[in-house]
Amino acid sequence: MIELAFLILFPAIVAFLLLAFKNGQVRNVVVKIAAGLIGLATIILLITYFSSGLVLFSVHLETAAEIMFVISLLIAGFILYLGIKQRKYLAVILVTIQTLMFIGIEGWLAKDVQQVSNLFIDQFSLIMAAIVGIIGTLICVYALAYMETYHAHHPEIPDRQNVFFFMVFVFLAAMFGLIFSNNLLWVYFFWEITTLASFILIGYSKTAESTNNAFLALEMNLLGGIAFAGAIIYLLIADPTGSFLGIEQLLSSGQALALVPAVLISFAGITKAALMPFSSWLVGAMVAPTPVSALLHSSTMVKAGVYIIVRFAPVLSGTTEGLIIGLVGGFTFLLGSAIAISQSNAKKVLAYSTIANLGLIVACAGVGTYKLVWAAILLIIFHAIAKSLLFLCVGTVEHQIGSRNIEDMSGLIVRMPKVAVMMLVGIAGMFLAPFGMLISKWVAIEAFIEAQFGLIFVAILAFGGSITVFFWSKWMGKIISVDPHVTREADTLKSEKRIVLYILAGLTVLICLIFPLISSSLIEPFVLSVYGQTARLSQDNIIIMAMMLFLLMIMPFSMLLPRNGARKVPPYMGGRPASSDMKFLGSMGVTRDVTLSNYYLNDLFGESRLLMAGTALGFGLILLAMIVLVGMIL
Amino acid sequence: MTYLKRSPWIIHYDASSCNGCDIEVLACLTPMYDVERFGIVNTGNPKHADIFVVTGSINEQNREVVKNIYEQMPDPKVVVAVGICAASGGVFRECYNVSGGIDKIIPVDVYVPGCAARPESIIDGIVKSLSILEEKRTKMNSPAAKKDTQSGGIQ
Amino acid sequence: MMSPVYGLIYILLAPIAGGLVAGIDRKITARMQGRVGPPLLQPFYDVGKLFEKENLVVTRSQDLYALCYLVFMLVAGALFFAGGDLLLVIFAFTLSHIFLVLGAYASSSPYSFIGAERELIQIIAYEPMIILSAVGMYMVTASFFVSDIVVSSIPIVLYLPGVFIGFLMVLTIKLRKSPFDLSTSHHAHQEIVKGVTTEFTGPNLGKIEIAHWYEYVFLLGFIFLFFAFSLPIALLAIVVAYFLEILIDNTFSRVKWQFTLKSAWIIAGMLGLINLAVLYYLSGGLQA
Repeated sequence: MIELAFLILFPAIVAFLLLAFKNGQVRNVVVKIAAGLIGLATIILLITYFSSGLVLFSVHLETAAEIMFVISLLIAGFILYLGIKQRKYLAVILVTIQTLMFIGIEGWLAKDVQQVSNLFIDQFSLIMAAIVGIIGTLICVYALAYMETYHAHHPEIPDRQNVFFFMVFVFLAAMFGLIFSNNLLWVYFFWEITTLASFILIGYSKTAESTNNAFLALEMNLLGGIAFAGAIIYLLIADPTGSFLGIEQLLSSGQALALVPAVLISFAGITKAALMPFSSWLVGAMVAPTPVSALLHSSTMVKAGVYIIVRFAPVLSGTTEGLIIGLVGGFTFLLGSAIAISQSNAKKVLAYSTIANLGLIVACAGVGTYKLVWAAILLIIFHAIAKSLLFLCVGTVEHQIGSRNIEDMSGLIVRMPKVAVMMLVGIAGMFLAPFGMLISKWVAIEAFIEAQFGLIFVAILAFGGSITVFFWSKWMGKIISVDPHVTREADTLKSEKRIVLYILAGLTVLICLIFPLISSSLIEPFVLSVYGQTARLSQDNIIIMAMMLFLLMIMPFSMLLPRNGARKVPPYMGGRPASSDMKFLGSMGVTRDVTLSNYYLNDLFGESRLLMAGTALGFGLILLAMIVLVGMIL
Repeated sequence: MTYLKRSPWIIHYDASSCNGCDIEVLACLTPMYDVERFGIVNTGNPKHADIFVVTGSINEQNREVVKNIYEQMPDPKVVVAVGICAASGGVFRECYNVSGGIDKIIPVDVYVPGCAARPESIIDGIVKSLSILEEKRTKMNSPAAKKDTQSGGIQ
Repeated sequence: MMSPVYGLIYILLAPIAGGLVAGIDRKITARMQGRVGPPLLQPFYDVGKLFEKENLVVTRSQDLYALCYLVFMLVAGALFFAGGDLLLVIFAFTLSHIFLVLGAYASSSPYSFIGAERELIQIIAYEPMIILSAVGMYMVTASFFVSDIVVSSIPIVLYLPGVFIGFLMVLTIKLRKSPFDLSTSHHAHQEIVKGVTTEFTGPNLGKIEIAHWYEYVFLLGFIFLFFAFSLPIALLAIVVAYFLEILIDNTFSRVKWQFTLKSAWIIAGMLGLINLAVLYYLSGGLQA
């Protein structure tokens, strides 16, 4: 209990400290110590509740509810003010509706609520806490060094680092609150805080573009928030004493009651996880400094969305609504992966791949059989680690070479060998055989076959999975191509960045070795407690994969073996005399440069075309779900 | 036992030839002559080739190209100059832009005469070159000569 | 039950079988063109020669990628013949090809660079169909393990005719047969020289060639699975299927990558998926 309270409150306190002190030196120390403490607390939490299963905590905190109410109103007022100032009337309307709903809930409906267990923890919360507490804090430490360089590179952007780190730590606190809350009112409160924090972080640079994108993110998330509030209202009308407000109680109350709120909350989750009709906010959020992208898109914000959907997977399982939500996820996976092929901006590739993978997680959760929930949780873990590593690598490379275009990363293995190798590990972690994401996709294929209408999803995975091979491989190809134009650059990496990158790269590999342990000690008991049965990978396959991983790790050492005389020659240029710096003799004695550029297949996988299809499909499916839902309520 | 003689892969380059010899080289691949009987494959890539078959003579435009292709072939390798132009410049010898036969640029191992050279004689020349290829391999593998062959033979 | 012995046998004997298949292929191709053709053992002579040649590289890392290609091809094939999980086999198979692609990228050569891009397009063209084939076998035999599928007495091909035709289609891509020999070609005339293998010489090219032999045996083994209920029929099917591939190779000219990708996906989508859907609903869901 004390660990939970610490993890929620401590980051919040640190956040205010950071807001108060503008001194960079102090901030440096505070962030590092706080990150260390949060990481430590997370590990203690893991050890303490490792085998305890579901624990509910009856926290009677009347005052907490009142404080939350006041904070919510303050937030609403703040957004209202900004919305009017920036003339974003859609945001104003949405926040007004939401505030009215919220006042309605707190003022009238929730009067008789006698919620006893506001907090809870189980294996799933524990996994999420580990992701937030370890990866989230690593990103914070990385951000220290990053923001310094960021402001050195962009002198036109006002230095508001105190606000930045304030928001980052508020974010962490909100994430911990969100995953430990059993009371949906509390979840909703923390949900809204993540919305606000992402809004401010995306708009950090205060340029027109970032402000617009921040409002886009805000509007979409507010839309989800309204659905969330709707779910709470529905539950309070069903029972004014609020006995269904606890997630645990709601889940055990059966599908008849829980389905409507589950679908509404899943809709909120879809907006937060940036699935297809709402994917544009996540892509737009790439204007923010890279640590924000890493934080929002790998370990926190979007993971909150999928977390809540996976929570309600048992309710969605086997229903038409669940199938439709799964389809939204499935098509997002397919189209998101396809769009990533046509992108040359590394952060956009990562963004679309994030959208795609979140889609896959939601597809698993929407269909919601026990095997799929198992696969979904694995996906959450692997994705968080590999994606944060990739974001941070791209951020590092961007500061070094001044570009986030994949074409400019040609020969990175020569220029920045260490970062390049870590980037390769991250990319391999996203799609190659013995690594994490592929394990999950594989399990998902096996699980979907047995699910209802699973064949659609199997087909989506078969096509979508192979599409991901294309864009990741060509990125890898760019990095490892030994471009003679480039030479090794001076290693100016700050030690904070370096350590964080090392840890994340190590985790990406390590997690593939120890995931059977995580599975058997955390995921399987969770799935078992929810569904009464659980999935696991067969022992043989785990051994084979460990062997493949081992093989992959020792193969590079073959480079060290003595070899007799491999003579180096320039590449073949159709017989034209070529020099080793990639120049060749053209006609009339002109020397020409060779430039190589990847395929982007814009005709087939163009962004605008596929995005339009995805938006239409997504809206159509959500509309269908709403119609079914309304039909059920009536 | 060596595999080199059983699997000679060629690269064919047309250095300012009148195309007469080139047609004859290609004729070797047709069912009529079918050089694949001897394992000969026309690779079109110097990095895979063992035998460099050149037709026509050296001029200012192709001097560098011939040299480049030769350099990009892995050892052991041989050069077969097909046709009288490749041997000495032929009727174009006195042209203002022609410097002469292929051996002006790279060491030639077998000369196939003729204008144009007949497919039979081209095949015969290539088969002759195989024993030279084998000789070069033995030389390449003997430790004493290793340094010489590594340098590729061009200065 | 997985049996490592068969995996070991594969590792030892597959190069011999694969090389013979390649030799027969060249011989039949020659006869179809009215030529005598090379000796049956020509592929072995070729590879033997490649190992006698000097190793030219643009960058030393090419050695690593060529070796990884061979090693992971071996892993994938050995896993298949040892009776492992079909999906894992397919993923290991993809992994090995990624190494070939990376090797091509590493050299920064224009020809191998385009070859690498095309090879990737080929991978995304054939992979969905191969995964759907594995899924189809699971739907019929209720197991992903090759060891279970191979002992099943169900005539799988009768349940999966569409999938089988789709598989034959992508097999043409996989064996790099014309009209789909986009990324590299055994034939002489290629607009991008030798595509992915352009910058590999001597021993490295030899390793790639041996990996191709392993690949042949693995793919023919995959055909075997469709006919696993009867050994003679299966062998006949393999022979007929491979002959068909050679015939296609010699009758069609190369197509563009757009056609390759679209046709492979449409065939996989139409034949494969419809076949699976029919099977799915006939069996009333799945006998999980």
